[in-house]
Amino acid sequence: MTPEQVRQAFLEALGQIVPEGDFGQLKPDRPLRDQLDIDSYDFLQLVIALHERLGVEVPEADYQRLATLQGALDYLTAAVRSAHP
Amino acid sequence: MPALGADMEAGKLVEWLVKPGQRVKRGEVVAVVETQKGAVEVEIWEEGTVDALIVEPGTSVPVGTVLATLRGEAGAVPVTPPAASAVAPAPVAPRPEAAKPAPAAIASERYKISPAARRKAQELGVDVAKLVPSGPEGVVSLTDVERAAGAHAPSAPPAADRMEAMRRAIAAAMTKSKREIPHYYLANSIDVTPAVAWLARENTTRSVQDRVLLAAVLLRAVTLALGEVPELNGVWLDDRLQMSREVHLGVGIALRGGGLVAPAIRNAQDKTIPEMMAAMSDLVRRARAGSLRSSELSDATVTVTNLGEQGTDAVYGVIYPPQVALVGFGRLAARPWVVDGTVQVRDVLQATLSADHRASVGHRGAIFLAALDRLLQQPEKL
Repeated sequence: MTPEQVRQAFLEALGQIVPEGDFGQLKPDRPLRDQLDIDSYDFLQLVIALHERLGVEVPEADYQRLATLQGALDYLTAAVRSAHP
Repeated sequence: MPALGADMEAGKLVEWLVKPGQRVKRGEVVAVVETQKGAVEVEIWEEGTVDALIVEPGTSVPVGTVLATLRGEAGAVPVTPPAASAVAPAPVAPRPEAAKPAPAAIASERYKISPAARRKAQELGVDVAKLVPSGPEGVVSLTDVERAAGAHAPSAPPAADRMEAMRRAIAAAMTKSKREIPHYYLANSIDVTPAVAWLARENTTRSVQDRVLLAAVLLRAVTLALGEVPELNGVWLDDRLQMSREVHLGVGIALRGGGLVAPAIRNAQDKTIPEMMAAMSDLVRRARAGSLRSSELSDATVTVTNLGEQGTDAVYGVIYPPQVALVGFGRLAARPWVVDGTVQVRDVLQATLSADHRASVGHRGAIFLAALDRLLQQPEKL
């Protein structure tokens, strides 16, 4: 999976959680939580959606690394690569 | 037209899900009604055969209007809960348990469906047997399920109208509350480090779909603490407190784009923490999708609100009439805290209680918050 495909999958998963979100405006280095008004329930749904789309099971201890768009894409790209070398 | 909460005056019948001549069972969803809280699935609490559908889809009628008649063994009877006056609360008569529909998965054994799609179908309440696979190998995919769920969503009025109606409904209920209910307020800071640590350990053993949020642990602790101070769980009707044996735990859910609903997790007293989590997820999802059921909106016996996620330290809530208490949780934060004579960094949050002084006294309210604190120190026993 290319980084672009991971990005696409991530934004689709995010779209499931925040259907009205304008992701074009997202600042890559600012917390998603503040920009999209997502709570811990939404965040868990996002992690579930990522598991369905990418086959990556993000442990709770790593949630912090998904805090920003850039952080999430870096983390997921690496995770997808190690899951499917 | 049932009163779906203390603040409902009228509702619009959107769709009938039954036809004249059809047999219906207790707990079956028979119609969809549009209210200021979104589309609500109306359940029936009688058994029999549908005789006539009186109200046409698309019509708005006041609460108490007969929607349809039902033929039982004793002849035709009107099918609507007892009429309630404009802002009177819905009757809180004990009600037979709804017959649980068979899980969608059972019907699907004959169909090929991906595990993720099957889970999603169960989550969204889509009947797997009716799904049409679009993939090359005749396997029902996630997209097929999502498409089917979208197609079944009830039509809704323009968002702006609904927001305006919801704002008016909240205004009416909260004004009534502050006019009639003599509130008292208590707050305790609770060290939830043991609960947070226990939950983190639990979650490492669970798959992503089964992870539990701290909110579910808090709801469980609230339910148990209410068992110790039962006068906080019930309604104030006819100038007296009517305590409830069952805990129907109203959960404040913020809707995207504003708005608020507080549907109930019914019979919370029977739910373990994972069951509480599943019930809460189901409610949040359906509240945001606008598909709550009538019983969930009409018979909460107490409400819990959690504003900690927005960073607020404590919430002193307004009781939702005719209930007699509201429990609030603030932000979870690392704080300096004295444990065994030394200062440590601990995870602390503030629990608050707003209670009706007609129904309980502050001393009992304090016992409730102390019980909540004590219960949260031993999460493994919850």
